Amino acid sequence: MGQVSKQVKQLDRVVIRFAGDSGDGMQLTGDRFTQESAVFGNDLVTLPNFPAEIRAPQGTLPGVSSFQVHFADHDILTAGDAPDVLVAMNPAALKANLGDLPAGATIIVDTHDFTKRNLDKAGYASNPLDALGDANDPLGAFAVHTVDLTGMTVEAVKEHGLSRKDASRAKNMFALGLLSWMYGRPTESTIEFLSRRFAKVPDIRDANITAFRTGWNFGETTETFVVQYEIKPATMPAGTYRNITGNLALSYGLVAGGVRSGLPVLLGSYPITPASDILHELSKHKAFGVTTLQAEDEIAGIGMAIGASFGGALGVTTTSGPGVALKSEAIGLAVMTELPLVVVDVQRGGPSTGLPTKTEQADLLQAMFGRNGEAPVPIVAPQSPGDCFSAAVEAVRIAVTYRTPVMLLSDGYLANGSEPWRIPDVDDLPLIDPAFATEPNHVVEPEKIADDGSVTPAVQDFWPYLRDEETLARPWAVPGTPGLEHRIGGLEKGEGHGNISYDPANHDLMVRTRQAKIDRIADSLPPLEVDDPSGPPGEGRAKVLVIGWGSTYGPIGAGCRRVRKAGYAVAQVHLRHLNPFPKDLGDILRRYDKVLVPEMNLGQLSLLLRGRYLVDAIGYNHVRGLPLKAAELAEAIGNLVGEAEGITVDLSGNLSGGSTPVTSIDQEV
Amino acid sequence: MTTTDLPTPDLRTGTESVPRFVPGEGDQPQTGKDFSSDQEVRWCPGCGDYAVLKAVQSFLPDLGLRRENIVFISGIGCSSRFPYYLDTYGMHSIHGRAPSIATGLATAREDLSVWVVTGDGDALSIGGNHLIHALRRNVNMTILLFNNRIYGLTKGQYSPTSEAGKVTKSTPMGSVDHPFNPVSLALGAEATFVARTIDSDRKHLTAVLSAAAAHRGTSLVEIYQNCPIFNDGAFDAIKDRDTKQDAIIPLVHGEQIRFGATLEDGRGSRGLVRDLETGGVKIVAVTDVDDAALLVHDAHQADPSTAFAISRLTEMGYLNQTPIGIFRQVARPTYDDQSRAQITSAQHVALGEGTDQTSRLTGLINGGDTWTVV
Ligand SMILES: Cc1ncc(C[n+]2csc(CCOP(=O)(O)OP(=O)(O)O)c2C)c(N)n1
Ligand code: SF4
Ligand SMILES: [Mg+2]
Repeated sequence: MGQVSKQVKQLDRVVIRFAGDSGDGMQLTGDRFTQESAVFGNDLVTLPNFPAEIRAPQGTLPGVSSFQVHFADHDILTAGDAPDVLVAMNPAALKANLGDLPAGATIIVDTHDFTKRNLDKAGYASNPLDALGDANDPLGAFAVHTVDLTGMTVEAVKEHGLSRKDASRAKNMFALGLLSWMYGRPTESTIEFLSRRFAKVPDIRDANITAFRTGWNFGETTETFVVQYEIKPATMPAGTYRNITGNLALSYGLVAGGVRSGLPVLLGSYPITPASDILHELSKHKAFGVTTLQAEDEIAGIGMAIGASFGGALGVTTTSGPGVALKSEAIGLAVMTELPLVVVDVQRGGPSTGLPTKTEQADLLQAMFGRNGEAPVPIVAPQSPGDCFSAAVEAVRIAVTYRTPVMLLSDGYLANGSEPWRIPDVDDLPLIDPAFATEPNHVVEPEKIADDGSVTPAVQDFWPYLRDEETLARPWAVPGTPGLEHRIGGLEKGEGHGNISYDPANHDLMVRTRQAKIDRIADSLPPLEVDDPSGPPGEGRAKVLVIGWGSTYGPIGAGCRRVRKAGYAVAQVHLRHLNPFPKDLGDILRRYDKVLVPEMNLGQLSLLLRGRYLVDAIGYNHVRGLPLKAAELAEAIGNLVGEAEGITVDLSGNLSGGSTPVTSIDQEV
Repeated sequence: MTTTDLPTPDLRTGTESVPRFVPGEGDQPQTGKDFSSDQEVRWCPGCGDYAVLKAVQSFLPDLGLRRENIVFISGIGCSSRFPYYLDTYGMHSIHGRAPSIATGLATAREDLSVWVVTGDGDALSIGGNHLIHALRRNVNMTILLFNNRIYGLTKGQYSPTSEAGKVTKSTPMGSVDHPFNPVSLALGAEATFVARTIDSDRKHLTAVLSAAAAHRGTSLVEIYQNCPIFNDGAFDAIKDRDTKQDAIIPLVHGEQIRFGATLEDGRGSRGLVRDLETGGVKIVAVTDVDDAALLVHDAHQADPSTAFAISRLTEMGYLNQTPIGIFRQVARPTYDDQSRAQITSAQHVALGEGTDQTSRLTGLINGGDTWTVV
């Protein structure tokens, strides 16, 4: 083939979605493209999206699996609202994703599977590719490239002598090669990866590498693709980075919590999507003294963790919403016995079994109130995949310092999504002191000095509920410590001595004390960061505050940036601590005319803010199982700014001007 | 599908890894009193739980363990108040979940002697799942199942061990639930130590408890316990002077199973033989069969079939034939030993690499494809 002259276009950001059948290896393809982009130095955010079924019927709409990656030459916050480029490996993948594409988007289709049978399965009455260019072309709004990816792959890997079926499996690597060429991605890491991954099956390894290389060369030589794009590396703060998913970061955070507290970690867990990866990951880290017990159910999982904590280990249990429901009674036991415990809830769509593989933030009130009695539990929520690491360390700090169960609320998007993560220095992580009790702490009878000068030493014993004045934490005395033998349990106990007590006044006191202890955690929290670049800190001119928690950080940040880019002022606060709230939250809320609370639920944080601060929190709520879309959110913020300032807001005008060339759709700024 | 050979830790006794009490200067030998807490015992007068508490308090010193290394974990029920009355470490937890809490504790701490106290409702209704899984895992702990065949604490509803037809507050026309036999259940779950004893037989109770504590793995001890308030007389057949010698079938490892009125040789007039028709065992007059046909109890038999057959002699309604003693006592690696062995070997490898936790953590989080921005 002769060399075709290629044009190189500069872009500042691109969103690509790889979509195919669950068996087509789209997650792997997306993951590799991500790694290549990360190594290249772009900022990026990813959004995997896969069916709950392991193998839904082949070629059908429910069987479609996709992976979206957003990469840019500047710092970005979301996986992108809509793809600029869709790679569709079969008719179902095309059909399922078409609705998400904005006009002008590029589509690369593997034509191979556009057979009558597969078109039927996807619900196409006729082949949409047949009408390309016609007046009634259903794909007329897009730039469509039809390529027989599978056919070319099979042809290219012939020399490796695989069956036709095995050969065609390498088509995802062909597609990856082609896209890697289009966007000038470095290829070494993928070739290394394939060599490692398939080391034991040389013919499959070679076929994949060949398919990958052929895909690249195809882009370089074919006339179908005349433009190559360049997205420069982003400028990021100095440091060592890696791409990391939320579940991996959270697992590492728990290991780190163990190391920094000097406590052995014991995880009791029952598998559930999207939390299982944490169980899998922690099971690999026995060398750190991490014990993992796969329990018979969620209740046993937390029971084991509580038992371990009673024994002086760091008890952890990981689950998703349905599992938290089962653990509620045991969480109450940990509240009552005041033992350190970390409960990880990787939220998914609910109620009931709900949407196991989709994301949602609808467990906040369950975390907050889902127990009998007054049973306050601190809540910590990470805001991005990489942030899951430090959020986990923070959960351990609170659990150990305050002798309490802590809820760590991640979600399905954070769990599986990824971003470049600046790897922290271990020495910079907080040191967590378990401060075990070793001595009696209560005087039964004071020392007596008789008239003749002889001394009768004091008689002392151990009171398991005698509290630290500052934190109100009780002493943690572990079995094996002589002289501190004591009993704890779920029955109400007398303040101080901890024996069973049914006294009304004591119960009232204990209920208030348990609450006060959790409230005291706020003393240890840093002031909130208010992001309002319209003025110096504390003097911004924004009248609207957007406040969120958890994984909506990205879309909220991106939405605010759009509004600001259009010349308007808006402030953003993101909460990591949902219980207790930081002490300055009330003052901050009162500074703004309007408070918008975007959430992937029907207004759970809104309810808490309204109840606590009597603020007229305005909800922005979507429960679609997907992250919020920055563009839609920007509109909502814009409207509110308009109302607050009595002006008409138009986000389409780019008042600040002079930005880099925009791709096809609104720039995420 | 992949399996791997697990390291088999040495089989040791149940308390071997627990620090022992060595009376030294000033340290008096421990007595039952040392194990009694200052809390007032609050069971109903005549409750069988008192007898068990007394027996346990006076037997614990014989274990020779440091008191601070003994932990009692209980669920919810009258019997589950037990830990409050012992001056050891203890937790009165939530209904049915004590085995899981004890599993976490025993796995985290090899140096503790872990005991579970539970009732028939606690262990077999709400906690049935945890019980069978603890038994199959064989975690090193001893479970005392107080079976009064009724829900005591909630004032007298029928329990999973109550006989069919039982009239209680919740079953005015009689219970239509078919009861569990806890010993059969435990054997079915492949428990490595299964025994039954009676609250009123202090000597037997103590002997069984000593054997249970010495066993490495999960020991299940069913204790028939009378609840004079809500189920009085449930054990009359095995307590009544006139009937008990025909009702109680004592199991002693290595000895012929004999009971009933004593013969000249000082042993019982009745015994067990295999029932070829059912595959089970049946009761015979010893004079009717060849001495060699009489069953000799073998608690160490790896195959639990005979133990199971013996457990089936008990008809839940009447208890007119009730084997007591140790049904099964076999060695199998414990879950917690094996789990710890995996940790130890992983740590050993890591130690060989000669780095501390902090540098290994640094290595861990810096793994994968990294890049540096300057
Ligand atoms: C979750 C929960 N459900 C129900 C109860 C009420 N409850 C307490 S003890 C008990 C039954 C106890 O029976 P058993 O285990 O046989 O103990 P006993 O009182 O007979 O010793 C019940 C139903 C509870 N405490 N917790
Ligand atoms: S109700 Fe029965 S089991 Fe409970 S304390 Fe009273 S006698 Fe004992
Ligand atoms: Mg009972």
